[in-house]
Amino acid sequence: MKKTYQIEVDCAACALKMEEATKKVEGVKDATVSFMTQKMKVEFDEGADEQATMKAVVKACKKVEDDCEIFL
Amino acid sequence: MNKKQKKMPLRIIITAALMVLLAVLPIDGRIKTALYLIPYLVIGYDILRKAFLGIIHGQVFDENFLMAVATVGAIGIGEMVEGVAVMLFYQIGELFQSYAVGKSRKNITALMDIRPDYANIEQDGELVQVDPDEVETGTVIVVKPGEKLPIDGVITEGETTLNTSALTGESVPREAKEGDEVISGCVNLSGLIKVRTTKEFGESTVSKILDLVENSSMKKSRSENFITRFAKVYTPAVCLAAVLLAVLPPLVQMLLGGGADWLVWFTRALTFLVISCPCALVISIPLSFFGGIGGASARGILVKGSNYLEALASAGIVVFDKTGTMTKGVFEVTKISPVGVNEETLLHYAAYAESYSTHPIAESLRRAYGKNIDMALVSDVEEISGHGVTATVDGKTVAAGNRRLMERMNIACAESDGIGTEVHLALDGKYIGRILIADVLKPTAAEAVRALKENGVRKTVMLTGDAKKVAEAIASELSADEVKSELLPGDKVDEVERLLKETGKKEKLVFVGDGINDAPVLSRADVGIAMGALGSDAAIEAADVVLMDDDPSKIALAMRIARKTLRIVYENIVFALAVKAACLVLGALGVANMWWAIFADVGVMVLAVLNATRALAVSNR
Repeated sequence: MKKTYQIEVDCAACALKMEEATKKVEGVKDATVSFMTQKMKVEFDEGADEQATMKAVVKACKKVEDDCEIFL
Repeated sequence: MNKKQKKMPLRIIITAALMVLLAVLPIDGRIKTALYLIPYLVIGYDILRKAFLGIIHGQVFDENFLMAVATVGAIGIGEMVEGVAVMLFYQIGELFQSYAVGKSRKNITALMDIRPDYANIEQDGELVQVDPDEVETGTVIVVKPGEKLPIDGVITEGETTLNTSALTGESVPREAKEGDEVISGCVNLSGLIKVRTTKEFGESTVSKILDLVENSSMKKSRSENFITRFAKVYTPAVCLAAVLLAVLPPLVQMLLGGGADWLVWFTRALTFLVISCPCALVISIPLSFFGGIGGASARGILVKGSNYLEALASAGIVVFDKTGTMTKGVFEVTKISPVGVNEETLLHYAAYAESYSTHPIAESLRRAYGKNIDMALVSDVEEISGHGVTATVDGKTVAAGNRRLMERMNIACAESDGIGTEVHLALDGKYIGRILIADVLKPTAAEAVRALKENGVRKTVMLTGDAKKVAEAIASELSADEVKSELLPGDKVDEVERLLKETGKKEKLVFVGDGINDAPVLSRADVGIAMGALGSDAAIEAADVVLMDDDPSKIALAMRIARKTLRIVYENIVFALAVKAACLVLGALGVANMWWAIFADVGVMVLAVLNATRALAVSNR
């Protein structure tokens, strides 16, 4: 399952960091963060709990880039 | 402008004012040093905070950390003014850069902003604006002049002209009347229309296009991936180099017996770190691609990803389909050769004789005739399959059909001389001439192929299922290098496979089709371009690049946009790396100070971003 989220992040390098961090989260199969469109696309693992996973994603992203926002 | 951008100018002004004040204040010594901490904290508190959080979270080597270390280091060695000024200029640079990036991001997204905000529906005799998402299929919506059509549908009332430029890049308005299918994203120009929706908003053309364009920057190009990988190696490498720079030279000095300049080398290492920040590269490359994709979509060329733009720039072989791609795909009267009557009369009898037929040839005859046909004048219509028709028109016997029909009726007819289908006509048993009907080339087709060659395409190949004679005539008119005719859809894949083997290492093969039965070939080619995709979901799915209108000259335009984008990407990579490398060497040698470092970081980034926005504009020639 794939879902797209609106995000707010101010630099391209930070977007890359968020992407890396999101990919490592349990339950995330793949992720792409586009700085240009300010969007994050997450592909979840089969059977993963979307809400719990996204919570973990937000936490992971906040860790690498304190300033970022993800609108769930 | 976000919240941060609004607050920053104030902080910059306060800091600058405090600096001036401190410079003229008649105090000295420790008090003054302590006072300098005020502007330093005003301008740099967020950087320090982020650097601190970064260390806690194990994200040590980012810009904030570098700036914090560099300025704290400067303050530590008593260079108060320098410490504050570096932070101040860094913040000014950051502000400018985030403004420039935000601005160009908005410019590009504005080009692609065709999202309709509302739909008008009639409720109890009054017009109500509702969210297009909530409109059910089959609802009648009202579109006033000047409004965007929110959902695909059929006009039930009214007629108007539509501006399709947001979808196709085509500036000539399209006429639409009752019963016509209309697609969302068009702007209603002249009259009020009522439209019965045939799709949900999410399934409408405009939603699909928006989806496609928004996702396009998710598919990353090779250059973008290169930068990601590069940054991973680069950051630890420069950090190691900085540590070595701070430690090794003083140790060598000590070993040689002299005094070790720990402070000097420490400062140089800090400068080195600030210079090394890879932001200019990381930001400008996706921005350039985004600009290229945005510029292309403003001209009716939808590119599904940066990787396809990259591939398009190195197109070596362009393979195209004939029908629907280079030709209009509809039959038209191309030549009228009357014998003993005038052209008008010949066409008149042809149109009347064929008035009951629904065959494409009959339709093209009626279209060419253009006038209303009085069906009452036509009687005794007899279709002779594989031959043509005979009918009585206004009391006269008309025979219209191929050579076999004329032979069967023992009427001598002229030799054929053109490419296409001929309709011979006889009036009361007497031959009155022939009409040639053919699939005509699009007006820009020949120019399109020539433009491909001018843009460095090595070979152009035409594939078609049509007869050899027709294919060759069209290929020579287009001056295509190679032509393969009488192909079945499967044969086209084989041909493309063969050509793929022929492409050079750095060349790419582009296939252009009308998207109707070319799906396998479109996906097999390095880049598949589908034409005239308005409303055709299959084409949007299968192709990598979608030309929204039917104009084949857009292929060359797409290539030019791709080339320009790639050129800008390389310019930025080379420029940023060259300036950084030069400053790094100068920094290590002690020539470049913190000011240079700020330029190498922020200055290069701003220049690269400005250069990247050029990708948006490509001239039509």
